Amino acid sequence: MTNHIHIDEHRDDEGAKTGMWIFIFTELLLFGGLFIVYSVYRYLNPMAFHLAAEELDVFLGTVNTVILLVSSMTIAMAITSIQLKKKGLTLILMGVTILLAIIFMVNKYFEWTGKISHGIFPGSEILHQSSQGEILFFGLYYAMTGLHALHIIVGVGFIGYVMWLVKTDDVKHDDYVILENSALYWHLVDLIWIFLFPLFYLIT
Amino acid sequence: MIETLIQDSNPSFLDYKGRFKGLMGWIFSTDHKRIGLLYLYSMLVFFSVAAILGLMMKLELMAPGKTIMGAQTYNSFFTLHGITMIFLIVVPGLPAVFGNFFLPIMIGAKDVAFPRLNLLSWWIYIVGAFIALSAQFFGDGPPDTGWTFYAPYSFRTGTNMLPAVTGAFVLGFSSIVTGINFIVTMHRMRAPGMNWMKMPLFPWALYGTSWIQVLATPIVGVTLLMVVLERTLQIGFFDPALGGDPILYQHLFWIYSHPAVYIMILPAMGIISEIIPTFARKTIFGYTAIVVSTLAIAFVGYFVWGHHMFTSGMSGVALYTFSILTFLVAIPSAIKIFNWVATLHKASINLQTPFIWALCFLFVFMIGGLSGMVLGALSANVHLHDTAFVVAHFHYIVFGGTGFAFFGALHYWYPKMFGRMYDMAWANIGLAIFFTGFNTLYLPMFFLGMTGMPRRYYDYVEKFHGPNIISSLGAMLMIAGLIIIITNLVRSTRHGVKAEKDPWKGKTLEWTVDSPPSLENFEEIPVVTDHPYKYD
Repeated sequence: MTNHIHIDEHRDDEGAKTGMWIFIFTELLLFGGLFIVYSVYRYLNPMAFHLAAEELDVFLGTVNTVILLVSSMTIAMAITSIQLKKKGLTLILMGVTILLAIIFMVNKYFEWTGKISHGIFPGSEILHQSSQGEILFFGLYYAMTGLHALHIIVGVGFIGYVMWLVKTDDVKHDDYVILENSALYWHLVDLIWIFLFPLFYLIT
Repeated sequence: MIETLIQDSNPSFLDYKGRFKGLMGWIFSTDHKRIGLLYLYSMLVFFSVAAILGLMMKLELMAPGKTIMGAQTYNSFFTLHGITMIFLIVVPGLPAVFGNFFLPIMIGAKDVAFPRLNLLSWWIYIVGAFIALSAQFFGDGPPDTGWTFYAPYSFRTGTNMLPAVTGAFVLGFSSIVTGINFIVTMHRMRAPGMNWMKMPLFPWALYGTSWIQVLATPIVGVTLLMVVLERTLQIGFFDPALGGDPILYQHLFWIYSHPAVYIMILPAMGIISEIIPTFARKTIFGYTAIVVSTLAIAFVGYFVWGHHMFTSGMSGVALYTFSILTFLVAIPSAIKIFNWVATLHKASINLQTPFIWALCFLFVFMIGGLSGMVLGALSANVHLHDTAFVVAHFHYIVFGGTGFAFFGALHYWYPKMFGRMYDMAWANIGLAIFFTGFNTLYLPMFFLGMTGMPRRYYDYVEKFHGPNIISSLGAMLMIAGLIIIITNLVRSTRHGVKAEKDPWKGKTLEWTVDSPPSLENFEEIPVVTDHPYKYD
């Protein structure tokens, strides 16, 4: 009987992807809460947000945007190459994705330490002497880019785990839904940055 | 002999020997039925603790002035009572226990879509619970903000808020994971022939609930995260001293927490929609209307959060809008009530314990719902805001709605879950005492609130003394009823008569499998051709 399937043999790629998409909705809403807070405080303190945004390094931000966009491309290429049964290429492309993520984090590290060395961090003396709008701006800046960086770390872990599965042939050309899901997650991380970048760096 | 042979070849999920033995076979089992029971047992423990806290508060209120506890203890008691009841019991309760156990069986599946994720959600739940409750035992005293963690008090108070808020945040994840799992299960795993409009109403209710869990929980998650960051890193989000706006916290909190009320009540309505046709021996009246009203409640429920903040400072337009939307959300709820009552019309009713629970649900839920209309009216709200009236209202909805449905479901599906019947006479006696106690406890609080007694006060003036005595006596009666009900159920797991496959002559799929079900529920996936409530 075709209906007689043991639960352990149950496999449903479509279902797995549906689950991932719903999870991505929840992630968007998680950041959505912060975006609401951002827009309310930006509306209340337009001038202070303008001044504070000029403190940020547009060059570093742009570099990081390009890095993330390229990494999204490499992970998408990894899916195509596993479909074409090119295991080695898949591993290389995934490795490049992780490498780009690490470069992003290094940039972020320099950006944050730069700010902190200038005394701009939550609870600092310098920030306490600034206007309330600037306190809010930098609070949101650290919270939102920090939460995003946390997602980068989780994404790197996820992709690294899938790399291991590719290596051991648990993920292969006819069974690669987890690779697709890790890529979906990575695109989400990229997408959120696409919103963070203009909100903090470009709109001044 | 033949019977034992059959049992050996196909043991029930309770007897099944998996990879692990004993306790390990439970806490590492990915079987949706075992996970459902894990949730049930954990919740019974938390519920007992929180119910005792509630009783102690009522004892404190039995006389004016300090009787058994001081103001600070009272504050931490209602906070812990609220956190435990809301985040650990009523929000996850019905989906996690009965959804896990019965959703796959009712749609003709062998398990949920992601069994391992399902087990993970129980683990997250337990970890979250321990983090939240650990707040009681170390640091600078138990939290005292109430379960709403209102800013700016939640980051100004010296008490141990951090674990409580973090725990609530973690519990949100568990809720999201369960929601995703159920949605995918219903989309992908319905038995052949079961199209959406042939799906039973409890799964339908879970479908609406799951979407709310998925779409609303992240908002409160990030809001609680902001409170954590505000407390630890002094990042200004809601602190007026740092330019933040405390009212914004309330908005973000209620954007989740009002839909959360529908996370609590929708599955309860689903359960009532299952119990009523089974005991009325009649097709449910207006299946489509119930489905549509379920989705309507889930949808409109998103846009009414402002009615928690009528006195917090909002524009006039916002006030009117939220008030009218609040009235609107009552319409689909009323549609359901009329459907249930219409189902009973000219039915040959089989008066059993689960059905009596459903009737009691209708009674208390209507009182809860109509008092909600009083609070939804702007002028009345100004008078009644933050009084005992509100406490009475939401206990009628949350305890009277979700709680009654929980016990109703437990009595309805008990034979299927444990393979035994409970003692009917004791179950009915327990219910009668519980129901009397419940109303004696909460009805006087409507009058107390009307005459001006504020909520969350451990003390009151002499004129409130009379109703408070009645209310406290009701609390004791209710606890006595609960003890009888729970003792009867626990005792019957060993001493009850063996249950048949279909003791209530129900028509949905869970009554076609063994009691208790085997590990894989169905030997062969059933093919569904008919409507779920086909009685003639």
